[in-house]
Amino acid sequence: MKFITRAIKAGLVAVSLLGPGTALAQDRASTLRVVVHANLQILDPVWTTAFITGRHAYLIYDTLYAMNSRFEPRPQMAEGHEVLEDGLVYRIRLREGLRFHDGNPVRAQDAVASLRRWSMRDAMGQRMASVTASIDVVDDRTFEIRLKEQWGLVIETLAKASNPAFIMPERIAQTPPTTQVTETIGSGPFIFVREEWRPGNVVVYRRNPDYVPRDEPADYMSGGKRALVERVEWRYIPDHNTSLAALNAGEIDYFEAPPLDFIASLERNRNVRIVKIDPLGTQGAIRPNSLFPPFNDPRARQALAHLVRQEDYMRVVVGNPQLYQAFCGAFFQCGSGNETTVGSEPFRQPNVERAKELFREAGYKGEPIVVLQPTDRAQYNAATMVLVQSLRRAGVNVDVQAMDWSTLLSRRASRNPPDQGGYHIFITTHGGPDTAMPVSNSWFNSRCDRANPGWACDMELDAMVAEWAKESDAEKRRPILERIHRRAWETLPYIPFGQYTQPVAVRSNIHGILAAGMPVYWNIEKR
Amino acid sequence: MGSYIARRILATLPVLGVVAVIVFLLLRLSPGDPAAIIAGDHATADDIAQIRRELGLDRPLLEQFILWLGQLLSGDFGNSIYLDRPVLGLIAERVEPTLALSLTTMAFAILLAIPAGVVAAWRAGSWVDQAFMALSVLAFSVPVFLIGYGLVMGLSLGLDILPVQGFVSLWDDPLGFAAHLVLPTVALGLVYTALLARITRATMLETLNEDFIRTARAKGLAEPRVLILHALKNASVPIVTTIGTGIALLIGGVVVTESVFAIPGIGRLTIDAVLQRDYPVIQGVILVIAGIYVFVNLAIDLTYSLLDPRIRY
Repeated sequence: MKFITRAIKAGLVAVSLLGPGTALAQDRASTLRVVVHANLQILDPVWTTAFITGRHAYLIYDTLYAMNSRFEPRPQMAEGHEVLEDGLVYRIRLREGLRFHDGNPVRAQDAVASLRRWSMRDAMGQRMASVTASIDVVDDRTFEIRLKEQWGLVIETLAKASNPAFIMPERIAQTPPTTQVTETIGSGPFIFVREEWRPGNVVVYRRNPDYVPRDEPADYMSGGKRALVERVEWRYIPDHNTSLAALNAGEIDYFEAPPLDFIASLERNRNVRIVKIDPLGTQGAIRPNSLFPPFNDPRARQALAHLVRQEDYMRVVVGNPQLYQAFCGAFFQCGSGNETTVGSEPFRQPNVERAKELFREAGYKGEPIVVLQPTDRAQYNAATMVLVQSLRRAGVNVDVQAMDWSTLLSRRASRNPPDQGGYHIFITTHGGPDTAMPVSNSWFNSRCDRANPGWACDMELDAMVAEWAKESDAEKRRPILERIHRRAWETLPYIPFGQYTQPVAVRSNIHGILAAGMPVYWNIEKR
Repeated sequence: MGSYIARRILATLPVLGVVAVIVFLLLRLSPGDPAAIIAGDHATADDIAQIRRELGLDRPLLEQFILWLGQLLSGDFGNSIYLDRPVLGLIAERVEPTLALSLTTMAFAILLAIPAGVVAAWRAGSWVDQAFMALSVLAFSVPVFLIGYGLVMGLSLGLDILPVQGFVSLWDDPLGFAAHLVLPTVALGLVYTALLARITRATMLETLNEDFIRTARAKGLAEPRVLILHALKNASVPIVTTIGTGIALLIGGVVVTESVFAIPGIGRLTIDAVLQRDYPVIQGVILVIAGIYVFVNLAIDLTYSLLDPRIRY
């Protein structure tokens, strides 16, 4: 048998040497082959908040500022800034020598147009726009953000990690934010190779030879973005088993989001390494619908929180204890600079009797509680099943409605009553530095009609968040943060059900993977 | 014959019309919203509503249908909601992998199933017959994805002689093309082989009991000549029918096989479009598949007259 196998292999190698395979082998040495978590279809990071589009954008665009591993904003395209006129003017100067992929220099006009377009769509950008009087070009490398009132988060907003303000050429950035941009000209470390893009199959990027990295070493999303491979190829393989087999066989180098139950099997392969890239991790969230009884009453939401034992969720959703925390009572993520557990004390252990009492006080009389269950999202599905079980243990009449994720996304946007196409509860997750700030944590946003689906509504909490955002002194912010947190555990915009990390799996010859909170492809070497 | 073909082609138009209406209505009435998917996980309801307006999905159903029908009649299948690219172009990009997989599967199945079915019928009741039929039951019963994963485990991860996944164009690398098609062809082809082998056996058994076979043998014709020229040719009409109807089975199987082996074909395009509610792509793919199916049936009807001179149109 061995002889036959060897003979077949030898034959294949011999024939491949005669064909175009040699060039392919050379290409492989300088090409990073990645299985990504989703199919890249939309190229405009302003038009959608889809993660895959954001990751694409990080390859080809650059940002003015970026977070370092201590979650401090650091200059990226910016050389630096001055704060003038008692905190009302931020004058930002661009680095010298920056160029777009079409060869044109990056100018202040490009940054201003990009900021204007982005701030019309992004939630943090909109907040900043609401306190901004104007954004003006000073000269080709300098521009000013003039505020109407003091606001302490200007640089943090420009450095936000998810859905940041990517800088595009002015003529492209002048596209209305409601229209997708069609060109993909950035100034980032890689160039999008449109002619090789096959949606649903492969996306190709090549190294930008003109990119000028910062001198500092790469750190989280900040520092020098050095492209150390010639090409990055994103492969979209929707079947996880196939991706796993392809990684084990060495057909791919990098598996961006291996299902958590694959980790143990991958760890057994000596040619594969598991790398944790997200120091903060992902937070699970149970989202009640605040529009309808019983969850329009905070007591019912507290009852829900009293039913949650985070470790139960983590055991089912994640499995491997090395990848999760047994309890994290922080809305703004354990491990972040804004970590606090103030107010979470009553909810550290489940209390079914107290939950029953609170449901009664909130007027719940056994009506069906509609829970949306996405059967095609393994982690959400598992968490939903734990939730349903705990609700039933408390005597709640649960109506579990199974559906695919696409249906759930449209269903959860419905403001109809639960018995007319609406719902009571769904599960979601979020993470990264944006979750770690009260002002950018999108599920924490409690601005009623302007909140995310579920429409958390607590204008007092929102006022506290605005007060926190206005304050630029970190020490003065802390007591405000603790007040926010205490209030949040009373009114509960969502109920955290645990914090865990999603590692990546790579071949053992892949080095330099950054713990940047999300997969990034600079700094990576293939030896 | 010419007028028959023309009549049959004309008859396909109402069929495709009905398919178009049903597909359009089914998609619009089923839950799910591409705007919600585009907007992303952290979008507000207002963001979603805005995208819905931008895509024209908030217009009345009838208006959307008339718009789409108008495009369709002018040969335009519309653009993908996500990619903003013509649907026909997307389908054209995916034709090569699906066509290659379908043709190799058909060839694999026909080359294996017909000899197996003929031998089984010729040696009916013997251990050879029983072995072939037991194997065909097994192949027909095991799901395609299980066969696929089994082959990957054995031949790709175990013996490391064939690639796990992907597709290479014939024009870029003929050897790579062949190597990437072996496992998917076997995985998809086994089910089809089993079906075809059983039909061949049953039809051959019937034919071998006919008087003209007894006459042929009595004349002293060699057994292979009796089996192939006399029996198989007369049994071929039901076999060809099965090959034709099996194309529907093949289309279903291609969807699964392309997913298991990460082949970027029409099956994958369909699944991705369905999961994301990319209405124009789903509508376009289904219309194209329905068209292919109708024309394959027409081609099969026409081959009957070649196989059996008594059939005339």
